[in-house]
Amino acid sequence: MKLYAKFFMMHIKSQMQYKTSFAFTFVGQFFVAFTVFLGVYFLFLRFDAVDDFTYQEVLICFAVILLAFSLAEMIGRGFDRFPMLLGNGMFDRALVRPRNIVFQVLAGTIEFTRLGRALQAIVVFAYIIPTSGIVWTWDKILTLCLMVVCGSLLFFGLFLIYAAFSFFTVEGLEFMNIFTDGGREHGRLPFSVYGDNVLRFLTFVIPLALVQYYPLLYLLGREESMFYAFTPVISLLFLLPCYALFRLGLSRYKSTGS
Amino acid sequence: MITLKNINKTFRIAKRKAGFGSAVKALFSREYEYVHALRDVSFTVSDGEMVGYIGPNGAGKSTTIKIMCGVLTPEIDGGTCEINGRIPWKNRVAHVREIGVVFGQRSQLWWDVPVIDSFELIRDIYKTDAATYKRNLNELVELLELSEIIKTPARSLSLGQRMRCEIVASLLHSPKILFLDEPTIGLDAVSKLAVRQFIKKLNAEHKTTVLLTTHDMQDIEALTQRIILIGKGQILMDGSLAELKKKSPTGANAEEMVAALYKEYEI
Repeated sequence: MKLYAKFFMMHIKSQMQYKTSFAFTFVGQFFVAFTVFLGVYFLFLRFDAVDDFTYQEVLICFAVILLAFSLAEMIGRGFDRFPMLLGNGMFDRALVRPRNIVFQVLAGTIEFTRLGRALQAIVVFAYIIPTSGIVWTWDKILTLCLMVVCGSLLFFGLFLIYAAFSFFTVEGLEFMNIFTDGGREHGRLPFSVYGDNVLRFLTFVIPLALVQYYPLLYLLGREESMFYAFTPVISLLFLLPCYALFRLGLSRYKSTGS
Repeated sequence: MITLKNINKTFRIAKRKAGFGSAVKALFSREYEYVHALRDVSFTVSDGEMVGYIGPNGAGKSTTIKIMCGVLTPEIDGGTCEINGRIPWKNRVAHVREIGVVFGQRSQLWWDVPVIDSFELIRDIYKTDAATYKRNLNELVELLELSEIIKTPARSLSLGQRMRCEIVASLLHSPKILFLDEPTIGLDAVSKLAVRQFIKKLNAEHKTTVLLTTHDMQDIEALTQRIILIGKGQILMDGSLAELKKKSPTGANAEEMVAALYKEYEI
């Protein structure tokens, strides 16, 4: 952890070398997220509710997923651009250093500009937390935190899968974006609006719904069972196959070198 | 002590002919070509030895180095590789603590911050204790004349300055073995001399085992008593520079001798 802090400082020093570029990207990230917000906003200008969810309720989804994704991308960016690390030899360098590989990839890249998106999410939170009509008891606050933290870890798991695939092939990796960027874009609405099949897929295969739809039901008081509050924790099981896949890819990389 | 015995390595490379038709065909059935990167490679390097590992491009030099660093695993068919009593790819973390690696064409310094910041982070990665770090840093900086340079960001350094910093970065944790993959590539005469002189001194004073690959025969002449010649994945010669000289026409310089050898072995 201490070493991570040192890497952290190093990245701050590096990125502060390019202040203008940093500022532009930061603002850019904010506005990219803002257009998604406008999408939701205009949708609700025409309709009062989507699948029984009101404007405020949908915004909770939007903010949770956006914040989770931004944090995952800021910290896990090394895995998100993993093919590049393989290409420029950074990964070989990590292999000749006496530290855990996943740690080194994580610490090797920290993308602060993604805080621009996170800021957007926080602005939305500042608006909906008082106006949503939810009574913020401790269990609800905990649920909301779990949604963000576990969501973030879930996106990170998807980055890991992406990295694992890039050990095998450099082509066709774009399809992973369906789940990462797709998850972010479509996660602005509760996943139930996309129909039962999609919801089932996002519950049992790629458990994004476990950090969004189900705990949301608990937040809104539509489900009383505490089980719904803790579904985000269950979603973390998804990280196991992600990590296994990454190890598999790594052992293949070590035997092929490409 | 480095011991390689009958190390084999084969790469499978997908190949296809040029053109759209064959690209579509490749989707369904791929033809593979097997390239024997290393065949029965065996050699031993004692502690404190300095060895030049030479051969033409694609001969298998980098593959051998990668195996010795634990980045690649060789085929599991009876070949063994032991470095200081460890198998590199089985005991990666313990192994890499004792080796230093310089990849001549790739940097390990952070681009945008002063070199000294990179050094400090490397110290923390290797958990080098403060006293050792300080002693090593002072010594290396003095020997390579870097005291002014280390406050400069890596991106503003010349290639020669940067290479010297790369070497420092690989030695801060006092490794027992140093692998140098083309350390003098692209350097001007002055920088080359500085690097050579330094490597020689390092080997003499600290008994660091050095294995270097290079295409520059002057490196070999200046530095190593022993050379290992590899071509098409096989060790072709392992002996002293004097032996090499005996084999070739009199009066030829090292450059010509090696070219003659490449020709002789048709590599």
